[in-house]
Amino acid sequence: MATVPLHDRPLLQVEHLTMRFGGLTAVNDLSFEARKGDITALIGPNGAGKTTVFNCITGFYKPTEGMMTLTQDSGSSYLLERMPDFRISWKAKVARTFQNIRLFGGMTVLENLLVAQHNPLMIASGFTFLGVLGIGGYRSREKEAIEKAKFWLEKINLIDRADDPAADLPYGDQRRLEIARAMCTDPVLLCLDEPAAGLNPRESHDLNTLLLSIRKDIGTALLLIEHDMSVVMEISDHVVVLDYGTKISDGTPAEVKADPRVIAAYLGVDDEEVAAVEAEVGLA
Amino acid sequence: MAQTSSTPNATPGPRKLDLKAALKEAGFAAFVTLGLCIPIIAWGTRQNMDNVLVLDPRWDAVAWAVGIVFVGRFLMALRQQGKADRKSLVRFLPHGTFAFFQRNSRVFSLFGLGFLVTFPIIAINLAGWGGALKWIDNFGVQILIYVMLGWGLNIVVGLAGLLDLGYVAFYAVGAYSYALLAKNFGLSFWILLPMSGILAAFWGMLLGFPVLRLRGDYLAIVTLAFGEIIRLILINWVEFSNGYAGISGIPRPSFFGIPFNASDEGFAAVFGLEFSPLYRTIFLYYLILALALLTAFVSLRLRRLPVGRAWEALREDEIACRSLGINTTNTKLTAFSIGAMFGGFAGAFFSARQGFISPESFVFMESAIILAIVVLGGMGSLWGCAIAAIVMIGGTELLRELDWLKAIFGNDFDPTKYRMLIFGFAMVVIMIWKPRGLISTREPTTFLKEKKTISADMVQEGHG
Repeated sequence: MATVPLHDRPLLQVEHLTMRFGGLTAVNDLSFEARKGDITALIGPNGAGKTTVFNCITGFYKPTEGMMTLTQDSGSSYLLERMPDFRISWKAKVARTFQNIRLFGGMTVLENLLVAQHNPLMIASGFTFLGVLGIGGYRSREKEAIEKAKFWLEKINLIDRADDPAADLPYGDQRRLEIARAMCTDPVLLCLDEPAAGLNPRESHDLNTLLLSIRKDIGTALLLIEHDMSVVMEISDHVVVLDYGTKISDGTPAEVKADPRVIAAYLGVDDEEVAAVEAEVGLA
Repeated sequence: MAQTSSTPNATPGPRKLDLKAALKEAGFAAFVTLGLCIPIIAWGTRQNMDNVLVLDPRWDAVAWAVGIVFVGRFLMALRQQGKADRKSLVRFLPHGTFAFFQRNSRVFSLFGLGFLVTFPIIAINLAGWGGALKWIDNFGVQILIYVMLGWGLNIVVGLAGLLDLGYVAFYAVGAYSYALLAKNFGLSFWILLPMSGILAAFWGMLLGFPVLRLRGDYLAIVTLAFGEIIRLILINWVEFSNGYAGISGIPRPSFFGIPFNASDEGFAAVFGLEFSPLYRTIFLYYLILALALLTAFVSLRLRRLPVGRAWEALREDEIACRSLGINTTNTKLTAFSIGAMFGGFAGAFFSARQGFISPESFVFMESAIILAIVVLGGMGSLWGCAIAAIVMIGGTELLRELDWLKAIFGNDFDPTKYRMLIFGFAMVVIMIWKPRGLISTREPTTFLKEKKTISADMVQEGHG
């Protein structure tokens, strides 16, 4: 590990991640890397353990075994399995979205983006003490926060609806707002849990454009779970395939597409081949 | 019915009312009432000379109750049939009244503030020096204490969405802090007021730590238990709090060092006025007004600060909060402790005003009343809380003024005994009429172009 130069280190390195719920092993000895500036996709059939991996990375679950190292450009690295969830977002700069959208429905679109900037604003308000008294630069700092929110609202095309409650937005807009809200935390790694679920082809295309622009303009690396193969194959640089909690393939989209184990996991195989494939995969 | 609504120009005319259905409905309601009344009203109990329990049958009262329900339900059923196409069951305010008040809330706030500041003068002018005492003390001070408590609890329940059934515990902590420290150490009111708040906030944190993992019903039960624990300690730790007997002779607040008494150094003598007990009451009135306004000011400020937004976000979705780097533990603790602090201020004021406190003042019923003020007012709304406090506390105080009813119902009639009945009735009516409280819409904390109020059905109530 020490021999690897800093700038070559992957942004996120997951090693031997195992998560057990009682007798059920949801994730089994998973190792993979997410590189800086890459879009890494995590795919697999239903129940393969993809969301569990996300919950481990973002601190919502404490993994049973394994190590997850996040290395920032500055060189500081964080062991995610040792951090509580809010610190992973605040210090390690890993943001996430949810499979079933979790916006603050009763708050306006703008407020949603301001809540995401909670920690810097909290410091600006002197941990509330100065803010209540009206001392300090909180007002100007809040204006900056609103400017940042405006930047993202323009990017996701929702600037006209900034003052509407988030629950009022159509589904596709809510998805994009959730991504913008996660981006307002200034992440180095953005984890998206099925961002294209429930979107129509046009919205799905817009989403691809947004994700590519986040990677290109902001430089945030993406880690995404996706069922929509058009999204996965079109935008990802690197695909990790999970089945029953175990990694069965890892490589570029083209490599993964041609992998017989992936085809077996997704489409199934003839009965005679099952034993052979399972032996190969290591499930038997 | 469908035909009449599809032709809006046709006058509905004398619509055929389904009397049979209405009678059936009323009969059913009366039957349920009868079932309920038999165990509750049908027999009055009293002890006779030999301490034996005697049952007095009161079938006339049962008949009255059943009759009232039957007629009321019958009329309501008819009314509902006639107005099936109208959304609201009861509409005694024109449509859009609340929207109008909300649009002009700044004007009404200023107007209300002006009224509050001049209230003692108005009371003295209208009721004279003798009569004003009752109005300023029973109505002004009493209502403002509950307004302040409502606003304090509103931070915990309304903003952060943490259901707290034991708020009165913090009120008690504030009251006993002032009483004990003032009596035993002779510290002044102005030092003890902030200290009581800080001590109550400290207890708020102590409560906060164990309940942080709990949500919803479980949180409510634990806070309820906490309120009872404080009260039971106050009752049983006699050396500390003097138990049931309470603490009397608590020093009263002075006018920045000048006491309110008839002596030569007293307030009246110093300012060259004729002595009157009213001066102290007026001073207390302005004191609680200032404290209540401080509560309102701080909670309005906090809503616009990151911590306030985090509270509301917590009420909406705790998991999303954690994913955005918000420390939900600290956020909940600040809500508990700031809410408790205002409860502590109110408690210190209460004990300074009463001069005597005992655990009797801090029973669960008080918590329930304060929570009812917050819920009826509409969670999160300062105006709603204030209106609910005025109606509920002012209303029950008004019952004392209804002695003329004795002329109708006989000399045994005591309107204050019906307090809880009216209280419950008012709750039922509000919950039918405005299920999310009087002012249920949410004001956004900031806006880009236009401030749009958010309708209640989008705002979450919080899961604890």
